[in-house]
Amino acid sequence: MSLALDLFSIAAISAGVFFFLAGTVGLLRFPDALSRLHALTKADNLGLGLIVLGLLPRAESLLAALMLVAIWALVQLAGATAAQLIGRAVRRKGPAI
Amino acid sequence: MSVLQALDVGLAFLVFAVAAWTVFAPGPFAATVGYVVYGLLLSLVWIRLFAVDVALTEAAIGSGVTGVLLIGAAARLRGAETTPAEEALTGLTRLFAAGLCLLVAAALAAVVLLLPDQGPTLAPQSMERLPETGLGNPVTAVLIAFRSFDTMLEKVVLVLGVVGVWSLAADRYWGGAPGEARAERPEPTLAFFAQVLAPIGILVGVHVFWVGADEPGGAFQGGAILAAMWMIVMMARLTEAPQASAFWLRLALIAGPAVFLAAGVAGAVVAGGFFAYPPGLAKPLILFIETFMTFTIAVTLPMLVAGPPRREPRR
Repeated sequence: MSLALDLFSIAAISAGVFFFLAGTVGLLRFPDALSRLHALTKADNLGLGLIVLGLLPRAESLLAALMLVAIWALVQLAGATAAQLIGRAVRRKGPAI
Repeated sequence: MSVLQALDVGLAFLVFAVAAWTVFAPGPFAATVGYVVYGLLLSLVWIRLFAVDVALTEAAIGSGVTGVLLIGAAARLRGAETTPAEEALTGLTRLFAAGLCLLVAAALAAVVLLLPDQGPTLAPQSMERLPETGLGNPVTAVLIAFRSFDTMLEKVVLVLGVVGVWSLAADRYWGGAPGEARAERPEPTLAFFAQVLAPIGILVGVHVFWVGADEPGGAFQGGAILAAMWMIVMMARLTEAPQASAFWLRLALIAGPAVFLAAGVAGAVVAGGFFAYPPGLAKPLILFIETFMTFTIAVTLPMLVAGPPRREPRR
């Protein structure tokens, strides 16, 4: 059982790291601000989500597990808001660079 | 080299790289972003050094509040980024400045390297006397009990900072409200964010303050989180900063240091020493002082960020 949980953790965290990597490559390589924002959401949302999912079986208590999920939700909220605000600024004033 | 050690070395190189990038960044805004990232990486370093209290403070104050202040400064400097004085810097002046910086860095490095391996420490004595305070977190014990006078003076410095910021106001705005006025129709995305986040953040801030007695956390970190919640609500323009002349605001700004000082003076009478706590009453007294300190920090930091008064006072 513990081996299965460990394998699950490794798989989920690896997948999360992959999405972080993909999001970062997109952030560095995509041509304009809006598509860079689009790439970033993969790291925020799926990347962190999968890493939290992988860490859940390793949490010391139910409270710690709930805190991990709460962190993911808060990052989602902050990321979505920041993306909206940057996107709006880009549309209004045109891309900065 | 184990995996953790390799991660530590990588983290150290990353801190250096981000620091260098911040110095050579193309403009104030980019440099500020670099500085915030640098602060967040530093808090990871503190966690690796098992100093979670310092990590929390670095993330909340060093990176968060200072970052907001610097972004505000960068926004004000926009358009004035290349002043004539800066353009007039010749190669020789730059070389001289770089030489001076290198000298200071080398002197600091020499001092650190010359320190004895086992530095003088009061840690064992602090841990020995920790039970007398009734606290479980030695950092809080040092801050509010063993070195309480220093901590009180730090809060006085914060109040002086607000006085300094307010003094930058034009004469006709003196006593008026800083920042933007409350908006009829606030920007919906930011307003939604502030409305969802503020209740959660207030809960987290009070929690961090409360657990500070026994676990990492405390007045400064909790107060900074509460302060951030007020800032975000003001930034969303759901509310506006109070007038600088408001009596309750001025009372709130001095409440923390005043209660701290009063407790210190009372200690001189009751417990036989300036800033001494009577035995057995130490923990409730410390929590009482910390409550007011948290409140004052939560009011002071947003006032620093809001800046000097920019509207004429209402009478």
